[in-house]
Amino acid sequence: ADIISTVEFNHTGELLATGDKGGRVVIFQQEIENKNQPLFRSEYNVYSTFQSHEPEFDYLKSLEIEEKINKIRWLPQKNAAQFLLSTNDKTIKLWKISERDKRPEGYNLKEEDGRYKDPNTITSLRVPVLIPMDLMVEASPRRVFANAHTYHINSISVNSDNETYLSADDLRINLWHLEITDRSFNIVDIKPTNMEELTEVITAAEFHPHQCNTFVYSSSKGTIRLCDMRTSALCDKHSKLFEEPEDPSNRSFFSEIISSISDVKFSHSGRYMMTRDYLSVKVWDLNMENRPVETYQVHEYLRSKLCSLYENDCIFDKFECCWNGNDSVVMTGSYNNFFRMFDRGHRRDITLEASRENSKPMQVLKPRKVSAGGKRKKDEISVDSLDFNKKILHTAWHPQDNIIAVATTNNLYIFQDKVN
Amino acid sequence: MEVDSGAEIQDTVISPEKAEEAKLKARYPNLGNKPGGSDLLRKRLQKGQKYFDSGDYNMAKAKIKNKQLPTAAPEKTEITGDHIPTPQDLPQRKPSLVASKLAG
Repeated sequence: ADIISTVEFNHTGELLATGDKGGRVVIFQQEIENKNQPLFRSEYNVYSTFQSHEPEFDYLKSLEIEEKINKIRWLPQKNAAQFLLSTNDKTIKLWKISERDKRPEGYNLKEEDGRYKDPNTITSLRVPVLIPMDLMVEASPRRVFANAHTYHINSISVNSDNETYLSADDLRINLWHLEITDRSFNIVDIKPTNMEELTEVITAAEFHPHQCNTFVYSSSKGTIRLCDMRTSALCDKHSKLFEEPEDPSNRSFFSEIISSISDVKFSHSGRYMMTRDYLSVKVWDLNMENRPVETYQVHEYLRSKLCSLYENDCIFDKFECCWNGNDSVVMTGSYNNFFRMFDRGHRRDITLEASRENSKPMQVLKPRKVSAGGKRKKDEISVDSLDFNKKILHTAWHPQDNIIAVATTNNLYIFQDKVN
Repeated sequence: MEVDSGAEIQDTVISPEKAEEAKLKARYPNLGNKPGGSDLLRKRLQKGQKYFDSGDYNMAKAKIKNKQLPTAAPEKTEITGDHIPTPQDLPQRKPSLVASKLAG
C-alpha cells in the first residue's frame, strides 16, 4: 500500500505531491528560509497527508475498483489555498489544501470550549479577536467527478484556461469543467462498434501548455494524435498524427508491445513533446509528424532480454518521463533503481542510482554504467544482475530549479544540483 | 586464423529482437499470431474483474457482524464451494500467457 504511484511538483515547485497504491496523497513542502544563502539546500518536509480514494466495488459489473492514485495534477494557485486533482481508475477528485494559523477567540455567546452561554448572563459585548495558533494544514474534497469512465483512467490534464481539464481512459477522453461535476463532454472515442476489432488503446493524454484548444493523446501502437477542439465537438479525427515509420523487416512479436507509448509530455515551451516507449525516449517537433527530432536510448541492452521480460511481465511496465524547467534536459527511469538524464544540447547522458545502500545523503551521486555483454569493466553492472523489481517509473523535475524527485517502489528520493 | 568480427559476419546475425522472438516461440509454440491484437487489449480492459455473488457476500458480511467472532479474521483459507466467497479470498486468477501486466 506504500507503493508510490505518482509524483508531481506544483507550479512553483514549492510543493511536491505523491500518490500511492493505498489511495493516500502525501504533500511535501520546500523549506525556503535560506534560499539566498550560498550553501542553500532545499529540504522537503511533510506538509499534509490525506486519504484521497478508497477501494470500491462495482457490484453491477463485478469490478474491483482500486484506490491506487494514478495521477495527480496541481491547479495554478489563485488564492491562499492550493488545489489539486487526484484520480484513481474511475473517479477524479478536486482537493483543497488550506492553512489555518489563526483562530478566533472571545465570542460573546460561546464559552471557550464551545458551549453556548445563557444570553441573560451577558452584561457587556466585546469584539472577538484572531489569535495565532500552530499551523494546521487541512485537505478537503471540493468536487468529485464520478461515473464518466467505463474503462480505466490513465491521465488527467488541466487546461491552460484554468477552467477545464481532460480525463482519459483506455478508449475515451472526456472534457470537464472544474466547477461542474454532473456533466462532462466526450471529446475522443476510439471504441470500435465491434470489440473484436479493437487494435489500439489510449495510453496517455495532455493539454498543450499554452493553446487551450489543443491536446495530444498517445496510443499502444506508438502513435500520437494531436487534436484541435475548435474543429469539432468530437475530436475523433486528429489534426496531426505523429508516427515514426517502421522498417517492416525489423518487425517481431515484440515490436508493437515495445512501441506502446507509456507517457507523453509537452515541453514547457509548447514547441516540442516527448514520448516514452519501452526502450527509448523520443522528442517530437510539433511541426513534424513523420519522425521524432531526437531519440534517446534508455536501456537498449534490454533488447536481447525481451523474451524473459515478456515472461515476467516487465515488458508492460509504464515508465514516465519529464522535462527540466528550460527544456534542455529530459529524464526517465529504468530498472535496478537507475534513472537516466539526457542533455539535449550537449548530447550527453548520464545514469544515476536512487538507493540508500549505494549512496549517503548529501553525497554526490556516482554515474553508473551497465555493460551489455562480453567484458565487464570494474564498476559496471552486467545486465543479468539488474534487479527488475527495482523500477523507477515515476520521476518529476522542479519547474525552475535543478531539483528532482525520483520514486523507487517504496521510497521517494529528492536530489539537487551540487551546491558549491 | 583470426576470426574477423566485423562486417562479414553481420549479415548472418539475426537482430537481438528476432532472436528473442525465436526463443519465445520455442517455449510457447501456441502463442497467438496477433500478439498486439485484441486478446492482449481486452485483457487490459477487463482488469479488476472478479466473479462473485454480491447478494451472498453481503449476507455473509451481515452474518459475521452478528456472530461477533473472537478471532480477528474468519477462515480465509477455504474457497468457493465450502463457504461463501468474498472478494478477498477469491483465488488469484493465474495470469495467462497473454500478459496481465498490461493492465497493471
